[in-house]
Amino acid sequence: MANKAYQRIYTKLDAITKATVSLKAKGVSNDELAVVGGRLAQVVKTKGDLVTLQVFSGTEGIPTDAEITFIGQPPTLKVSDQLSGRFFNAYGRPIDGGPEVEGEEREIGGPSVNPYKRRQPSELIPTGIAGIDLNNTIVSGQKIPFFADPDQPYNQVMADVALRADVDKIILGGMGLSNDDYLFFRNAFEEAGALDRIICFVNTTEDPPVERLLVPDMALTAAEYFAVDKNEKVLVLLTDMTLYADALSIVSNRMDQIPSKDSMPGSLYSDLAKIYEKAVQLPTDGSITIIAVTTLNDGDITHAIPDNTGYITEGQLFLRADSDSGKVIIDPFRSLSRLKQRVQNIKTREDHSQVMNAGVRLFADAQNAKTKLENGFDLSDYDHRCLEYAKEYATRLLSIDVNISITEMLDTAWELFGKYFSKAETGIKQSLIDKYWKGR
Amino acid sequence: MKTTGKVTGIVSNLVTVQVDGPVAENELCYITLGGVPLLAEVIKINGDKASVQVFESTRGLKNGDTVEFEGRMLEVTLGPGLLSSVYDGLQNNLTTMESVFLKRGEYTDPLDHDKMWEFTPIASEGDTVVAGDWLGEVKEGWLPHKIMVPFSFKGEFKVKKVVPAGSYNIDMIVATLTDEAGESRYVTMTQKWPVKVAVKAYREKPRPQKIMETGVRCIDTFNPIAEGGTGFIPGPFGCGKTVLQHAIAKQGEADVIVMAACGERANEVVEIFTEFPELIDPHTGRRLMERTTIICNTSNMPVAAREASVYTAMTICEYYRAMGLKCLLLADSTSRWAQALREMSNRMEELPGADAFPVDLSAIISNFYSRAGMVVLNNGQTGAVTFIGTVSPAGGNLKEPVTESTKKAARCFYGLEQNRADQKRYPAVNPIESYSKYLEYPEIVSWLDENVQHGWVDNVLKAKNTLRRGREAYEQINILGDDGVPIGYHVSFWKSELIDFAFLQQDAFDSVDALCPIERQKYMLDLTLELCDIEYQFEDFEKCRDFFKELINDLRQMNYTEFHSEAFEAYANKTRKLAREYGE
Repeated sequence: MANKAYQRIYTKLDAITKATVSLKAKGVSNDELAVVGGRLAQVVKTKGDLVTLQVFSGTEGIPTDAEITFIGQPPTLKVSDQLSGRFFNAYGRPIDGGPEVEGEEREIGGPSVNPYKRRQPSELIPTGIAGIDLNNTIVSGQKIPFFADPDQPYNQVMADVALRADVDKIILGGMGLSNDDYLFFRNAFEEAGALDRIICFVNTTEDPPVERLLVPDMALTAAEYFAVDKNEKVLVLLTDMTLYADALSIVSNRMDQIPSKDSMPGSLYSDLAKIYEKAVQLPTDGSITIIAVTTLNDGDITHAIPDNTGYITEGQLFLRADSDSGKVIIDPFRSLSRLKQRVQNIKTREDHSQVMNAGVRLFADAQNAKTKLENGFDLSDYDHRCLEYAKEYATRLLSIDVNISITEMLDTAWELFGKYFSKAETGIKQSLIDKYWKGR
Repeated sequence: MKTTGKVTGIVSNLVTVQVDGPVAENELCYITLGGVPLLAEVIKINGDKASVQVFESTRGLKNGDTVEFEGRMLEVTLGPGLLSSVYDGLQNNLTTMESVFLKRGEYTDPLDHDKMWEFTPIASEGDTVVAGDWLGEVKEGWLPHKIMVPFSFKGEFKVKKVVPAGSYNIDMIVATLTDEAGESRYVTMTQKWPVKVAVKAYREKPRPQKIMETGVRCIDTFNPIAEGGTGFIPGPFGCGKTVLQHAIAKQGEADVIVMAACGERANEVVEIFTEFPELIDPHTGRRLMERTTIICNTSNMPVAAREASVYTAMTICEYYRAMGLKCLLLADSTSRWAQALREMSNRMEELPGADAFPVDLSAIISNFYSRAGMVVLNNGQTGAVTFIGTVSPAGGNLKEPVTESTKKAARCFYGLEQNRADQKRYPAVNPIESYSKYLEYPEIVSWLDENVQHGWVDNVLKAKNTLRRGREAYEQINILGDDGVPIGYHVSFWKSELIDFAFLQQDAFDSVDALCPIERQKYMLDLTLELCDIEYQFEDFEKCRDFFKELINDLRQMNYTEFHSEAFEAYANKTRKLAREYGE
């Protein structure tokens, strides 16, 4: 983003808010970048000669006579194979002490893939975690967030998933990441010896919040380079999208926009969709899979951020602590992978979907039994068996510390069915019972 | 001369234009950005300033960029070749675009101009015709595609000439008409129509007469939708809206299906155009794609085109309806369209209504739903547009403006319930809250009497009542405990579970269970009601539960088995035998 030979310099700001500045300027194009008093800003509105700029690092200390120059182009990222193994800030500048990346300069937040040029996702991404592989199988080209309260170990689970997944590149977009978590990711990637296939764009809590708005687009521009140009399988990790949405609401608020639900901007759905829809399976075998984190407030999924996210993404993985087993589990009721049918019973064993449904249904019966118990009613023999089953099912299958193959998961489930239930109680198709039933 | 203008303000995709001449509300214009024309639509005019919504990204647009007004509204091109196409919201053909990424300002032709169609005349010289009357037909796949007097022709015409049978492309003149003033008017196989104006080329719009079969038990039996009817499916995310809608699209008893993917996931559209060319239409045995048009404005495509996408889809349906065909329009999701309206209203700084939606939201929605319906054409034949929209209520709360406005407009309500989805009771349509107003239509009741079974609606109401009583019993059991209520409560509860598990729940991914023809639905409902009618005697509630669980299991196995196969009959006999053990 070098300065041009001849550039007009403006020196009078008409208005300043916490996140935006306005000035009179001519010949300014929508979305282009500018430098305001040494800080990067972007055009978000023009009205006659009055131009409003969003200043990424905040406007604290910017005087009304600050120097403003327009760069003439929207934010860009230089893409090439040199990106591999590097750590960048939200503007795409190295923060690992290494040299600047040389490569083709591309606008970030570019156009969408023609839906007709997509291919149907159909490649299983095994993670070893039964709460995912058995109940909510993930497929390449999918977009799926973890829904978790802030006290859940979502970043750890995400790092596990990323490192076990068979992909060519892992791109981390960190938004409002605490410094500790940033170092955690760095260490985890380093220890796994995976640094050469990692690229990180990081905005930590120490950086200004509005800068975060650039992170997903930076990460996805890099992802598109590897998936589209290099036909690679790319996994993009975005954490935490709730903090991204918070930054959106700050900007829209400063621009006097009428807020909709939960003081979020009315365009929240489109803003989030633009990011998540970058997940794609290309006909050339290149793919972008997005695994994100949306932190919740006390498990409330009706808040505008998780709610809009749920309508956009292809399911969600809901983390919660299970008091009966003392484990953090992937909640089988609130979690969903919409693309699981694309691989279950096709890329996995024929009994997969029926075993999954039976396992969850029986776990639901255990929850009913638990409610009965809490209300002080006598439990039937069936209720007791359900409760015993639930505890073992949570420990051996739902817990996030499980790491086994999908066939082992299915065998474990059959073992539990045989141990606690009769054949009819599972409600599984007779032909599968005949083939796989274990025990009585 | 065309009106022109210059850009004077930009906020995202809302652009203010200073104009030098007359402009109309909803008129189209092209804004030139570095040689690339961006399509936009006028949505507000104030003095010489027009606010336009741009159907593309406005990145790089500058004040002073030039604008040229087109003197027409947003139109769709109608003609043979619409079926099996994949369009964006503005009817650009997505299949003929070259690059992987959608290029801004790239507009492609909706129809193939070179393809030759076998034309057969219908009208003869000297016939008096009006807009919508059939002049000839071509075969589009297996459908007779009528070539009509264009909808925009006003008044009566005399047919001067219709070309003889033969091969023609869509641009060749196939008929010459003479208007009342004696002027000649020429008709090709293609015409244009503004999407926001309803096509009214029909004699009358009577009340719906029959139901449209979907093969989904909880719809066809419990809350049937009429041919030419309207319905909507609200539900929180993850409750199976999309699966249900795709099931209806695959199995719906219609000649033409138009699916509008409005602000939804691209992968869902990919699923449709990957699977539909392979799948077989259960009613005709032809490939599903041959009767399907996809309009897709996925959630990452330009927001303004979302609104256009549902109107484009509706206009295509109306076009096929005028040929005497049965059309089904599915729009997923109308909430995204409402949100697009909200974004624009917000940028124009209008005073907001509830939840920041524009105040005329309700009027816009009911106006759109009113375009569905069955019609009697001028030649006495009938056609229908059945419309089912999905709604994505924020936070799953049905007390929000889009759901409430839609409830006023649609006649069927299929409420998806989080609780049922959590228990994997799919389709998660709440059997008690959902309704179909058509069950109250005398025309529909007598049609069901004749075509399904005499007294059918009474049976349906009986089943619904069993469900309601079961739910009441369940609440009592929950309060008082298993032992605290008479056995009769358990029996009531389990009878409702029997209907729920054996009839309402349906496996959309099982090759047999996914599609349940009305004949089979009738058999299953009769059997289920027969089992529910029996007075059972049990020693204790555990016996009662075990008995019903076994019964349910057998009935579910029946749903997975070919209708009237040996195994099917064996299960049916087993259930009756089992019932006799405990019943009188």
